[in-house]
Amino acid sequence: MAAAQAGDGRAYERLLADSVPLIRAAARRRGVAMDHLDDVVQETLLTIHRVRHTYDPSRSYDAWLHAIATRRAIDALRTDGRRGRRELHDEQAVDNHSAFHDASAAAESEQRARTLHDAIQQLPPRQREAVEQLGLREHSLDEAAALTGRRTGALKVSLHRALKALRRHLHGEP
Amino acid sequence: MSELPSNEALIGRLATGLVPVRRLLPPWLRAASWLAVVAVMAAALLAHFGAGGMLERLSGTPDLAWAALGAAFTAIGAAWAAFSLGVPGRRAAWAWLPLPGALLWIGASGLGCLRTWVAPDTSIANLPQSADCMVFIIGFSLPLSALLIVMLRRACLLRPVLGAVMIGLASAAASASLLEIGHAYDAAATDLLTHAAAVAIVVAVNAAMGGRLLSKR
Repeated sequence: MAAAQAGDGRAYERLLADSVPLIRAAARRRGVAMDHLDDVVQETLLTIHRVRHTYDPSRSYDAWLHAIATRRAIDALRTDGRRGRRELHDEQAVDNHSAFHDASAAAESEQRARTLHDAIQQLPPRQREAVEQLGLREHSLDEAAALTGRRTGALKVSLHRALKALRRHLHGEP
Repeated sequence: MSELPSNEALIGRLATGLVPVRRLLPPWLRAASWLAVVAVMAAALLAHFGAGGMLERLSGTPDLAWAALGAAFTAIGAAWAAFSLGVPGRRAAWAWLPLPGALLWIGASGLGCLRTWVAPDTSIANLPQSADCMVFIIGFSLPLSALLIVMLRRACLLRPVLGAVMIGLASAAASASLLEIGHAYDAAATDLLTHAAAVAIVVAVNAAMGGRLLSKR
């Protein structure tokens, strides 16, 4: 890591590749599901990249990495938990929801979400990618650039165009 | 959702065009820089109020001197803890560092609650004067907290709320110890309650706002 902090790209590449199994192990220990391990790996790699200046070469790299990986695993579990609470299974929904209780409002909200989802799906691939990375996954421009291999400027233009297209689609704005 | 790139592809992109980075200074050194700013404020207040009144008051009421010393130790411990928590891999137990100072601060201040009974002739703050103390503590805590947040923006607070609580505690404790320089009254229960409320407000606001400001890492 000390070499990577000095700008040695090859040492950095080796170090990150060697770190992947450690990150996966830390995430598994925290109880992250197998199909979400790569999400945690990539979020951790992005965090390592962003905060690599905080590593002190006189101290343990493994402890530094483990702390970041564990935190990203907890973030992933919280995100899953929030998603789980938002998404109701049909049976629970029927049990919890009385028939007369604002059924029309729920249907309307669901319809709006579906319309927005459809509108995003209809965007050109690059604009859709920008909305997903910057809007839905809440990545920073630099993170989205690293994940997509595109320049930050191009991502900004795509997002701007995507939002314009979505406004036009949803509100009929010119 | 679009497909994530493979881990190898992401690593390749991160390593391409890697630029050297400037390492963070050790936590104790960054804490010392912040404390130097507090020392400058203390020097300015001493120049304004003069040291005579403070020394006379503190020598007459040693428990207040101990309380001021406790507040200063709390500020040092909390600032050091905040900067240590900003380095991944450092133990969360750093958050206990301000505890001894805080115990001294609270314990010695608690004696002030008995002031009217122990030393009935001393000058005691009334409610509006206590409100001035609250304005002083909050007024000094704001810039001190802001400075700590700015100094921690390059750090990586993996526990942002705990870090923000340390920031609040450090700035409120530093402000409370600065207050003793120009504090015209001995502490009584009303005054101490005001101090405690001011410290609680500063810590709570930091936990609510600072946590959010520092959670981007």
